[in-house]
Amino acid sequence: MAIPISYNIRNLVLRKGLTVMTALGIALTVTTAIFLMALLAGLKHAFVSSGNPLNVLVLRKGSEAELTGGFDRSLFPTLTTLPGIAKDSHGEPMASGELVVVIVLPRKDGTGEVNVTVRGMMPDGLEMRPSAKLIEGRWFQSGQREVVVSDSIRRRFSHANIGDTMEFGKGAWTVVGVFDAGGSAYESEIWGDVNQEASDFDRREGLSSAYLRATDPVAADALKNRVSDDQRLKLEGYIETAYYAKQTSSGNVIEYIGWTVALIMAVGSIFAAMNTMYAAVAYRGREIATLRVIGFSRPAILTSFVLESLLLALLGAVVGILLVLPFNGMETGTSNAVTFSEVVFALRITPLVALAALAFALIMGFVGGLAPAWHAARQNILNALRS
Amino acid sequence: MTLGSFVVRNAFRNKRRSLLTLVSISFSLLLLTLMICIWRSFYIDQVAPEASRRVITRDRVSLAFFLPAFYRDKIRSIQGVTAVAPMTWFGGRYLDERPAHFFAQVATDPDEYLKVASDKIVPPDQLKAWQQDRAGALVDVTLANKYGWKIGDRITLLGTIFEVNPELTIRAIYHRDPPQNAPYFNAKYLEEAVPWFKGQAGWYSTQIDSAENVARASQQIDDMFRNSPLQTKTESEKAFQLGFIATLGNVKAFILGICGAVMFAIMLVSGNTMAMSVRGRTREVAVLKTLGFTRQRVLSIFVSESMALSVAGGMLGTGIAIPVIWFLTRQFIALGVPLNMRVNWQTATLSLVVAIALGLVSGCIPAYRASRMNIVEGLRHIG
Repeated sequence: MAIPISYNIRNLVLRKGLTVMTALGIALTVTTAIFLMALLAGLKHAFVSSGNPLNVLVLRKGSEAELTGGFDRSLFPTLTTLPGIAKDSHGEPMASGELVVVIVLPRKDGTGEVNVTVRGMMPDGLEMRPSAKLIEGRWFQSGQREVVVSDSIRRRFSHANIGDTMEFGKGAWTVVGVFDAGGSAYESEIWGDVNQEASDFDRREGLSSAYLRATDPVAADALKNRVSDDQRLKLEGYIETAYYAKQTSSGNVIEYIGWTVALIMAVGSIFAAMNTMYAAVAYRGREIATLRVIGFSRPAILTSFVLESLLLALLGAVVGILLVLPFNGMETGTSNAVTFSEVVFALRITPLVALAALAFALIMGFVGGLAPAWHAARQNILNALRS
Repeated sequence: MTLGSFVVRNAFRNKRRSLLTLVSISFSLLLLTLMICIWRSFYIDQVAPEASRRVITRDRVSLAFFLPAFYRDKIRSIQGVTAVAPMTWFGGRYLDERPAHFFAQVATDPDEYLKVASDKIVPPDQLKAWQQDRAGALVDVTLANKYGWKIGDRITLLGTIFEVNPELTIRAIYHRDPPQNAPYFNAKYLEEAVPWFKGQAGWYSTQIDSAENVARASQQIDDMFRNSPLQTKTESEKAFQLGFIATLGNVKAFILGICGAVMFAIMLVSGNTMAMSVRGRTREVAVLKTLGFTRQRVLSIFVSESMALSVAGGMLGTGIAIPVIWFLTRQFIALGVPLNMRVNWQTATLSLVVAIALGLVSGCIPAYRASRMNIVEGLRHIG
């Protein structure tokens, strides 16, 4: 027969001070763990939600990013003749040769300068990125010194509103539109016409990359292989979503350091929880003996105390989650390890993150409560009654 | 029995409780010491005198863009410049893609590189051999030991950014403190193998004659190229390295946040333990007061117990921190980040002082309650 949970709850409520202090200690560790997981979840989201699975990205063989790649523009027409490419709204192969450049812009709040990606694309490039939605103004026109910026860029940098002029390359560019990138990697980008940008950055003969839209997933795969296998082209094809997914390695340093910190804190918390439970067991020596005399078995006592420790951990987890919720959606940036430019992402406290934090706390409570509970169950009844 | 031994005996009376508290505090303090070390090595540590005279000139926009070769002579013309070496990150792979085989590889000019990197120690005959062999490599002693390389061995790097797999012969081995895991080879080799790279360099490493001239010379270099299509950014080597770390995010806020959380956790644990201790000794405290110990005495006894516990935890934590930080530094160096973290006297002292202070603060409330206890109630107390 198990000891009712109300026994544990009542005990926790009775020693409020002790309960609150221990729960707070666990909450601190949980908060750290959630912060870390939310950062990583946000970073992953920025990359995973980027890209269209039907787009095939073409880079020079051996280069790993658009920024460090680059091939001769004369290869572009050959690419558009490959089989399996979908047609755009004009009946032509949907393809965009693009030039990716990084510029330095000062943050509006004066905290420093940031590398921002400027992407020159062909008209099809917009059609190939339906996930970017125009929220203000209009798209740029070919042949004009016009750019569109992401909402995130508009918020964080000066001269990024509609009608403003931005200075980079060889002169001024007019901002004509703002788009919502949906938290994807495009949040850190400024888009414009590829020919205008090529002449500004003296890159008239080269392209950083090319995007080809395939008709269906099978054709996309075939197209990707076709590009990579062609010996004359010396190019490599990637499915756009897979390309971005690889860049999540930017979070590796954060992950490594973050988990080290969280683990050290967790061990500290476990010992603190153990301490509390041992004190509780010692204080309730006579109570436990009485329970045994009444007829509750040793396993029942063990379970009861482990449960109490779990309840404590649960409380700590809830407090920890509440403490961190205000930070949900907080935008921050880190360096993209592949492109050297900034990648903006927001902290995402998803249900999965909250669940993982809960599990983390419960494990801490379990490990911390096991030894004291074992000790409680093994107590000699007579000695306990006499204490 | 002196007051001191009385305090210590009581602090560690309940062995299990004291041990658990100690361990918990020590882990928190381990974290705190780690944070202090990181902060110190990032923001406070001064570099070695030779390193402080080096500046890095790179493309202002991004390290991903190369600078023209003719910039080198123009930089040399700046007053105070003693040596200029072109450097290019080769970024290749060795053996395979696993992180264990990752290390930096740089193409430079062997004739001038060691004038700039004057803190690297190379035997003169080896240096000459490297300068004479266009396909020669200068490698670090730690890397050589790791892979068992000796002078005369051939190694092949697999190019990623550059479409060439250089086959290099090891001609020289260098020592440097702290160690740096990078091999260097001749940029001319790269230029011949990869035509589009000719006439360029990734960045320039320049040595200035004295540390006082660094700021002025850096400014002059940047001014010289301000109206060129490729503007430069010149900064001290330390600032350059810090720049990479800054891109990780708001590192300072992160470190301070962890420190705050850790200190709060220590206070909670320590305060908890003291509260439990006081609760269990109600009758004892009453007896002490009957004997004539004043309120202040009782207060100071309990606060001292709290401090004794936290100091012990602090010493344990700092002790564990030493090997942990040594291990982490090795990891960082293997990844190419030249962080040299060591737990020195100042760091250890700071950690201990923080521990004492936290013990004091957290012990205050339980100690106060003990001191104000009503003697008769206390004597009557059961359990």
